[in-house]
Amino acid sequence: MLRIECPCCGLRDHDEFRYGGDASVARPAHDDPDPEAWYRYVYIRTNPAGLHREFWQHVTGCRQWLVVERDTRNHAIASVDLARKSSARKSPARNPPA
Amino acid sequence: MSSNHKRLSMGGRIDREQPLEFIFDGRKLAGYRGDTLASALLANGIILVGRSFKYHRPRGIFSAGPEEPNALVTLGIAGRRQPNLPATTLELADGMVVESQNRWPSLAFDVQSVNGLLAPFLSAGFYYKTFMGPTRRAWMFYEHFIRKAAGLGRAGTDPDPDGYDVRHAFADVAIIGGGPAGLSAARAAAAAGAQVALIEQDFLLGGQLLAEPSDSAAAAWLRQAEAELESFETVTLMKRTTAFGTYDGNVIGLVEQRDPTNPAGEARQTLTILRARSIVFATGAIDRPMVFSNNDRPGVMLASAARTYLNRFAVLPGKKIIVATCNDGAWRAAFDLADAGAEVTVADLRAAPPAALAAEAARLGVVVRAATRIVDLRGGHAVSHATLIGPDGQSETACDLVCVSGGWSPTVHLTSHLGVKPQYRDDIGGFVPGAFPADRFGAGSMMGTYSTTDAIENGHRAGTEAASFCGKSAPAPTPTKLDLGETAAAPLREVLSAGRGKAFVDFQMDVTTGDIELAHREGYESVEHLKRYTTLGMGTDQGKTSNFPALAAMATLRNATIPETGATTFRPPYTPVAIGALAGRAIGHHFKPIRRTPMHDWHRANGAEMLEVGLWMRPYFYRQSGRDVNEAYVAEMQNVRQAAGLMDISTLGKIDVQGPDAAIFLDRVYANGFAKLPVGRARYGVMLRDDGIVFDDGTTTRLAENRFFMTTSTAKAADVLSRLEFLLDTAWPDLRVALTSVSDEWAAMSVAGPKSRAILAAMFPALDVSDDALPHMGLLESEWEGRALRILRLSYSGERAYEIYVGATAGEQLWSRLLEAGRPFDLKPYGVEALGALRVEKGHVAGAEIDGRTTLDDLGLGRMAGKRTGFVGEVLRRRPAFQAPDRQRLVGLECIEEGKRLRGGAILFLPGEKPYGHGRGRVTSVTFSPERGHYVGLALLAGDVATEGSEIVAVYPMKAETVRARVVSPVFLDPQGERLHG
Amino acid sequence: MARYSAFSIFRNALSGQKNWQRAWRAAEPKPSYDVIVIGGGGHGLATAFYLAENHGIRNVAVLEKGYIGGGNVGRNTTVIRSNYLLDGNTQFYEFSMKLWEGMSRALNFNVMFSQRGQLVTAHSADQLDGFSHRANIMRLNGIDADILDREDVRHLVPYLDFSDTARFPIHGAIFQGRAGTARHDAVAWGYARAADGHGVDIIQNCEVTDFLRDGDRIVGVETTKGRIGAGKVGLAVAGHTSVLGAKAGLELPIESHVLQAFVTEPLKPLVDQVVAYGADHFYVSQSDKGGLVFGGNLDGYNSYAQRGNLGVVREVAEAAIALMPCISRVRLLRHWGGVMDMTPDASPIICPTPIEGLYLNGGWCYGGFKATPASGWCFAHTIATGKPHPLIAAYGLDRFRTGHTLDEAGAGPSAWLQ
Repeated sequence: MLRIECPCCGLRDHDEFRYGGDASVARPAHDDPDPEAWYRYVYIRTNPAGLHREFWQHVTGCRQWLVVERDTRNHAIASVDLARKSSARKSPARNPPA
Repeated sequence: MSSNHKRLSMGGRIDREQPLEFIFDGRKLAGYRGDTLASALLANGIILVGRSFKYHRPRGIFSAGPEEPNALVTLGIAGRRQPNLPATTLELADGMVVESQNRWPSLAFDVQSVNGLLAPFLSAGFYYKTFMGPTRRAWMFYEHFIRKAAGLGRAGTDPDPDGYDVRHAFADVAIIGGGPAGLSAARAAAAAGAQVALIEQDFLLGGQLLAEPSDSAAAAWLRQAEAELESFETVTLMKRTTAFGTYDGNVIGLVEQRDPTNPAGEARQTLTILRARSIVFATGAIDRPMVFSNNDRPGVMLASAARTYLNRFAVLPGKKIIVATCNDGAWRAAFDLADAGAEVTVADLRAAPPAALAAEAARLGVVVRAATRIVDLRGGHAVSHATLIGPDGQSETACDLVCVSGGWSPTVHLTSHLGVKPQYRDDIGGFVPGAFPADRFGAGSMMGTYSTTDAIENGHRAGTEAASFCGKSAPAPTPTKLDLGETAAAPLREVLSAGRGKAFVDFQMDVTTGDIELAHREGYESVEHLKRYTTLGMGTDQGKTSNFPALAAMATLRNATIPETGATTFRPPYTPVAIGALAGRAIGHHFKPIRRTPMHDWHRANGAEMLEVGLWMRPYFYRQSGRDVNEAYVAEMQNVRQAAGLMDISTLGKIDVQGPDAAIFLDRVYANGFAKLPVGRARYGVMLRDDGIVFDDGTTTRLAENRFFMTTSTAKAADVLSRLEFLLDTAWPDLRVALTSVSDEWAAMSVAGPKSRAILAAMFPALDVSDDALPHMGLLESEWEGRALRILRLSYSGERAYEIYVGATAGEQLWSRLLEAGRPFDLKPYGVEALGALRVEKGHVAGAEIDGRTTLDDLGLGRMAGKRTGFVGEVLRRRPAFQAPDRQRLVGLECIEEGKRLRGGAILFLPGEKPYGHGRGRVTSVTFSPERGHYVGLALLAGDVATEGSEIVAVYPMKAETVRARVVSPVFLDPQGERLHG
Repeated sequence: MARYSAFSIFRNALSGQKNWQRAWRAAEPKPSYDVIVIGGGGHGLATAFYLAENHGIRNVAVLEKGYIGGGNVGRNTTVIRSNYLLDGNTQFYEFSMKLWEGMSRALNFNVMFSQRGQLVTAHSADQLDGFSHRANIMRLNGIDADILDREDVRHLVPYLDFSDTARFPIHGAIFQGRAGTARHDAVAWGYARAADGHGVDIIQNCEVTDFLRDGDRIVGVETTKGRIGAGKVGLAVAGHTSVLGAKAGLELPIESHVLQAFVTEPLKPLVDQVVAYGADHFYVSQSDKGGLVFGGNLDGYNSYAQRGNLGVVREVAEAAIALMPCISRVRLLRHWGGVMDMTPDASPIICPTPIEGLYLNGGWCYGGFKATPASGWCFAHTIATGKPHPLIAAYGLDRFRTGHTLDEAGAGPSAWLQ
């Protein structure tokens, strides 16, 4: 059982959350017409053995999507933040870095 | 109680005021409250308790704890039969019925013990080398016999009559192990101000202190410690509770056995999921066996266990005892046994055991043989003679009990579950936990310190630090000291000894030194290969006593150090856990929640046959419509087409979408546009996944400029909401939109059929439901009986139809009132089978077509997106695979063979084509069409052959059917949509 | 290499088991090989064997970071079936099934392949229709398949929950009689021994740390045992494909996820077939030793830790009892996790890569064990000829770019939902 410190609801079992995958991939702008950008966003993953930025949604709590930094080798959680805060920091790029 | 002839007249921690009766293999025996089954058997002089897995060798009681490899029994009768329980952990209860196992016809005379004679041919892994012929399926023949011979106890086939509870618990500090280290840690942590949970697998606290005489200083210390802990309100003492696993997030899985004196009917076991901020592991250490010929004979016992039976249970398990050891600890057992009246010989591998021990031995009349090893035993169902080799050569000595002690193995199972790798310490010849992360601590003998003084001291330190990790650091008084005079154990490195008989390393799995030699010879020399090749450690004891000797044996054979040879990875659970305990109360009907609509009770009371659709219960059909589903659905759909039907659609997902950017948002999430949707109008919409595949469909209605009411499919309700929230939170936080699930707030029903408007008019006389006021795709908002009411004119069946939404608590009331109002118009309820049939006839796609592999174009809906851009899935829906000419697309099929029918799941081939492979497509949904008078269906068919009017063959091998069909438009009914206005 | 047989057991028993030889040599690396296969799991060892057996390429090394068979081939629930729906999958897994049927004799190592059959329960008429579609496809591809009704299922597996309290009543099942189980470790050892017999070097405790390049071409590997040259390098390290792929410069559509497996105490025969629960995530078989071996769903978040969480343990236990109420008193003996390469369509990736000299075999998700022989066979062909074997034509990396994905479940590109 991972224990995730939800910024709104406190420390909760991970089965209250829905996993949302890699948060390091930048979603192309909604009107980005580049198939390569979308292909990379949807499919290509660095899949690190180590620190992984990932989305979780507190579905049975506040329903906020969170960005969690977690080590995939030992499941230790380094940080949790609201996804809205992290996405506010970086505006969606039209051409995400490769 | 005369049968307790090995019971001492006094002492022990048994309650002689509470005699208990139990039955072992049909014999009525007696014991006391405070006994384990093992101690009671020993008290009754029962030496032979079970048979081994492979060779069916006679076995006795080897240990006094969960490490027991030999004394496995079946407890209980009928549905409560429970095989493979170690007698050493079973708390004796009155009326217990126990049987020995793995023997036939009886424990004393077991036919399969002949396996022992075949042993030369049954070497480790022999089955990998034979049973391969004469035919390819030969193994199936041999396997039959092997399977019958394998397995230990027999499981019942009936449901479990007992219940299991689950509870969730929290603590600042969890302390695993109630020995001196754990008790001291608990006291320190509690004094520091922490909430403490102390977990002990035994029904008594004390750990190794329980092996000390009941009138000793140790006993006094234990009484004081217990009393002190009980005085803390912040300490939870959990006895009979095994921490079976540690998991991420410092979550500990605990299983508590029912106190046998508690009333029957209570849960048999309770699973506790304990979340601790920090953990102190004080799990102790397990005495090691010695490996020599016939070391598995009944009457061979760990020295520490013999001492436990003597001091805790007042059982003297032998009169003429040999204690074989290499360390000081076992001498304490020798002294206590001698003191209790046994004739004791100590055979110590060491040339010069400490003088103080020798002096004490002389005082107690214990014979000491230094530099002496035990090499062989004699005796069938009980040991009778031991062969010792010492400086004076070889000699045989008569005995009725052999105590062995090869040093201690720290119990590092639980710490390694969470990835703390065990480290080998040469000075103690054992594995201790590696470096702990900041929130975990170790104390006592599991850390490789074997004196009670040290255990109390480092337990205190660990408890203090664990509490301090939780921010609790009130000063704790120093613990009361207890010195039992233990000296450091010299580890046993050389475990192998010469002898002609089998020398067992893993008693339960019958793995011998010969098997380990063979594994080494054949190259299975890493620890994991050794385990897997020989089955070492795979028994119910998980190799608690065999791991280290096996590792040492392999290290010797490889001429390598123990760390070079490797360490075993321990997996949860520490001791076996009943699957029922893990499931708790989530069984039977409670396995998954049952979702019921507000009209559920009405359906049940009015003839509905219910159907599970996901977690939902939905009306399948109504029994008054026909004798079976096939008759009923046709009648129900005909009634919709000719009069009107009422359908419960409350299961649809419903989302309230609000905000200044709501229209922009919907424009991005739907493949078709919503920005220009006028207020008061609804639109059918399709959402794609990012990969361009259709995700879900539904209707969305504009309630106001900045407010929409979205419906989703039943199945995808949760996924759609979550995905929309994802987009808002992570991708488009600039859009000012709020989403709220209102699925449970609204009851919903659809009135469909040519008479539906008249029914509405009759039901809601105050409302204007004329086509002008409520056109197709129109919205009417009002109130009914003080509750919000929404009427949407939407059709799924192709008929004029209205979806009526009302506050959920009024759902059933409105439903029955509608049926009343509709009675003059022949309004009848219909179920999901008719609903499905109606939509097939109309050519609407549903789950069978939206199967996670189809695109908008595949479903003939490409025109909805037109040339729009900027919506989810827009770019990847144009990938080459989706544009291929032979890409399968939605078509209609019409059965053209008299008396035959189409079936969903039939595979399509061209006429004359050999029916082989994957064909050109498949039938996705079918229905009998009363309109057409035959079966019609929807299909996905390769675009290059999907010409309307052409013939196709639907092949259904599972019913040996081949049916000719014509490819037609998927809209079988009213292609112009006139009935929507009829 | 001495042949294994009943006679060899008899003869060796008389000589006190002293004359058995190593099953495979303890090889140390040569300076270079024609082919290096990275990964001493089932797929890597099978590939080496078929390179030698089918293509005569014997100057081959298998490099294994730990000990052979220590990854998923030794951690799975040993189910073998060929009941796939989609064009490309159906034929590949059936080819694999045929290789299983001859494996023990081909390798002279009893892998205990036992075709006791597999059934998947259906819990609604719709679900049974879906199974019929699958069964139709199987039959049309020459694969055995049957549809059972409720009474058939009750007859075959009477201990399932047919009571009134069943949350999801059993309507029927799909059954494949040729499906079954095998002894997973024996598969690794059998291929290792047979490959070794052909001269293949199996090198354990040899971790690949980097790739050697000549321009854009990969010409060998850097290892903890030094540099080793290679004409071609095949990567067969499912679970860790991303980690090694990144060293080679491959960008991959793979995520690593944990799947747990479970075994109970050994019991007398109870479960004959492989039984899978169609209403939730649970499948079970009984090993020849008597333990019930079962599994469930992925833990559901990226992980390289070979351990699972308690929540999934409980979900699996609940599903187990929902299907088989009598399992409640049976005790769980061990549970563990394996690291899966999860792909966005739950189908594998076997193909030449854009990097010259490098071939990829991974993305096996939770289905790699049953594919072992066909994977080795086809991967060996691909390495030997430089061209994908026709049976793996659908398993290229390119399919994600073009849209030719093989999504059996239709679950979409989120790997953890597959």
